[in-house]
Amino acid sequence: MPQNSAEALTAQRKTTSRRPAGTLYRGREGMWSWVLHRITGVAIFFFLLVHILDTALVRVSPEAYNAVISQYQTPIMGLGEVALVGAIVFHAFNGLRIIAIDFWNAKYQRVLFYVVIGLWVITMLAFTPRHLINVFSH
Amino acid sequence: MTTTLAAPRSPYSRDPQRRGVNWEKWGWIYMRVSGIVLVVLIFGHLFVNLMVGEGVSALNFAFVAGKLANPFWQWWDVAMLWLALIHGGNGMRTLVNDYATTRVSRGILKSAILAAVVILIVLGTLVVFTFDACPAGQPADLLPTFCQAL
Repeated sequence: MPQNSAEALTAQRKTTSRRPAGTLYRGREGMWSWVLHRITGVAIFFFLLVHILDTALVRVSPEAYNAVISQYQTPIMGLGEVALVGAIVFHAFNGLRIIAIDFWNAKYQRVLFYVVIGLWVITMLAFTPRHLINVFSH
Repeated sequence: MTTTLAAPRSPYSRDPQRRGVNWEKWGWIYMRVSGIVLVVLIFGHLFVNLMVGEGVSALNFAFVAGKLANPFWQWWDVAMLWLALIHGGNGMRTLVNDYATTRVSRGILKSAILAAVVILIVLGTLVVFTFDACPAGQPADLLPTFCQAL
């Protein structure tokens, strides 16, 4: 364990400037993953507020719910859903990366960022064509 | 007023007067534990609603009513509601602490976040557990097919 943390510190120093060491979040991959985590988190939060309100319309009437949900099936919203799913998938995988570097080993944080990007690309390649066909063929 | 300064290079220690529950620590743990559960719940939610069958274009009252008539999906959605809103509210609280510069603005923004989270948790939970999949007097073609058997 002491050896591990010494290695982690060296890896952290490499990712930051020669001045204050000891943070993963100053510069390069560690910083950009942090920035993207914040931006996607805020976007998802505001969507969540709207999404609970629109789903609550099932308690009003079938017509009211169908009128609002049909707005989600338009081409523009269909593209918005690709952005939403992209934000959620990044936030999910990068969240797992954060857990891994907090509880397991911080020295892999940089390579894990590229693992997150890779898994994001694969997931979006699986989702986007199928979703856009559903949106644009109706 | 005099302030007592710790001797230089003395090791970091918590203020000994601050005893009791360390809420920031539990918030930190909550973000990670709820995050893992939310990955499963939300990926499942997105798969069933957007990938299976005709995806988003199949969504309507009958689809949602069919799901919410099942206790499995009721508890799935309620768990997602509570975990996601508290996770998101706590994340927004972190951003307010980082970026809002005055005490008053932080207080207003965090009160607004708390109000939104509490109101939506209450609303969403009530909707899921008081929901009627076959409301009386509605056109049959808007309802799930099992309503015809009633």
